[in-house]
Amino acid sequence: MEAAVDIFYRKVLTDGRISHFFDGVDMDRQRAKQKAFLTMAFGGPNSYSGQDMRTAHARLVTMGLNDSHFDAVVELLGGTLAELGVPANLIGQVAAIAESTRKDVLGR
Amino acid sequence: MPTVRYGAIACERHENESTLDALLRSGAPVSYSCKAGTCGSCMVRVVDGSAPARAQAGLKDSWKARGYVLACVCHAEGDLTLAPVDADTQVAARIVALDALSAEVMRVRLACDSGFDFSAGQYVTLIRPDGLARSYSIASLPGEDLELHIRLLPNGRMSEWVRTAARVGEAVRVLGPNGDCFYTPGRPEQPLLLVGTGTGLAPLYGIARDAVRQGHTGPIHLIHGAVRAEGLYLDETLRALGGVHYKPTLLHADGPVDQVVLGLFPKPAGMRAFLCGDPAIVQTLKKKLFLQGLDLRDIHADAFLPAA
Ligand SMILES: Cc1cc2nc3c(=O)[nH]c(=O)nc-3n(C[C@H](O)[C@H](O)[C@H](O)COP(=O)(O)OP(=O)(O)OC[C@H]3O[C@@H](n4cnc5c(N)ncnc54)[C@H](O)[C@@H]3O)c2cc1C
Ligand code: HEM
Repeated sequence: MEAAVDIFYRKVLTDGRISHFFDGVDMDRQRAKQKAFLTMAFGGPNSYSGQDMRTAHARLVTMGLNDSHFDAVVELLGGTLAELGVPANLIGQVAAIAESTRKDVLGR
Repeated sequence: MPTVRYGAIACERHENESTLDALLRSGAPVSYSCKAGTCGSCMVRVVDGSAPARAQAGLKDSWKARGYVLACVCHAEGDLTLAPVDADTQVAARIVALDALSAEVMRVRLACDSGFDFSAGQYVTLIRPDGLARSYSIASLPGEDLELHIRLLPNGRMSEWVRTAARVGEAVRVLGPNGDCFYTPGRPEQPLLLVGTGTGLAPLYGIARDAVRQGHTGPIHLIHGAVRAEGLYLDETLRALGGVHYKPTLLHADGPVDQVVLGLFPKPAGMRAFLCGDPAIVQTLKKKLFLQGLDLRDIHADAFLPAA
């Protein structure tokens, strides 16, 4: 899990499509959040409600967060897991869980 | 809206307002400096009510046990009754030496009236007789007097006082120590990368010597960045310092310090980094070192945030 957090976070910070959403956020706190993100995506204990997800991303929606950014994050998540040798069917399950949050993340 | 009480004062805390701001709005005599949960000067004691864990983040266990919270990062949902911290929380100290290390940096030595435990590299909050509080990193080693390197910022309130008014023998108070930017034993062979700009050198000077003292065997790289040569205020001392690879770098001659560091260490994975000084430079370096492969948990940083 710790390895996945760092790989995923490095990808997010260097991906020109989405890195600007992460400018100016404290890196240590953001790393903890990435961990919460991955725990959720793996279907682990989830301490976030749909409403929490809306609130957490509301500021980003006003910055223009849309489906293309969401797709990019899901893609980087899949890439991270593939790099770590996670089998494709499991990656599919993780992507499906992430997908289920789309409406809340995008504030629809 | 929750109510906040402090002595005879009672006020409502508005949404999105910190407990500190609510208190200040009502004229409560609470001191403050960073308003970001670092300096500790707005610490108060909870007498009644419950505060979120975030308001105690970074506090010593003994302070948490006393019910201390940082008012600037306290957003309690319920009512709170607060009081000043106990008198022994701040340590009485005297200025025992004032030496100009350069035209811009003053070395201030403080002797504490009672014992003061710290790790090299941590910081304290210096409180002037009139209550003005600012944080400074410790450049000395445990067991020695507190040594601070204070940059004399033109028109800075604490800076001007240090430059013109402070005298040897003067009584001040000290709060702390705080911060987790210090050397820990274990993995003695790990290469250390210490990077600081300006007086960001102060904690690194302590950390480097502490690592040597604790028997660190891996290389210790100390990089000090300044704008011009006059800014390398400890150059002679550092050149003579055994066990440490000292590398001065000048913005005008060598370019930005983050580029210099990545030029020297293009593959920093596996190192342990300590980054101190200018907040923008600390943040940039942290990000670049992380992206080049350094584990975030191996990066210790103190950004010298200005007072709010
Ligand atoms: C954890 C921590 C550790 C610190 N350690 C040290 C240390 O070891 N040595 C040290 O010299 N300082 C250190 N600082 C900074 C220090 O706390 C004060 O902010 C600094 O001394 C200025 O205080 P002042 O009262 O003189 O200036 P203020 O009266 O607070 O500020 C005067 C003006 O200068 C501006 N200003 C403040 N800082 C800067 C800056 N760096 N560059 C340009 N303009 C600025 C302010 O915005 C303001 O307009 C540290 C800060 C933190 C948070
Ligand atoms: C794929 C589904 C997503 C999930 C499951 C998810 C999950 C989370 C979680 C759990 C948090 C932490 C909330 C908190 O503790 O405050 C968070 C914060 C954050 N997320 Fe997401 N997220 C998703 C998509 C995205 C996307 C697409 C972006 C932008 C490209 C994004 C950017 C951020 C940012 C910047 C924060 C920090 C907000 C702040 O602190 O201001 N997230 N996310």
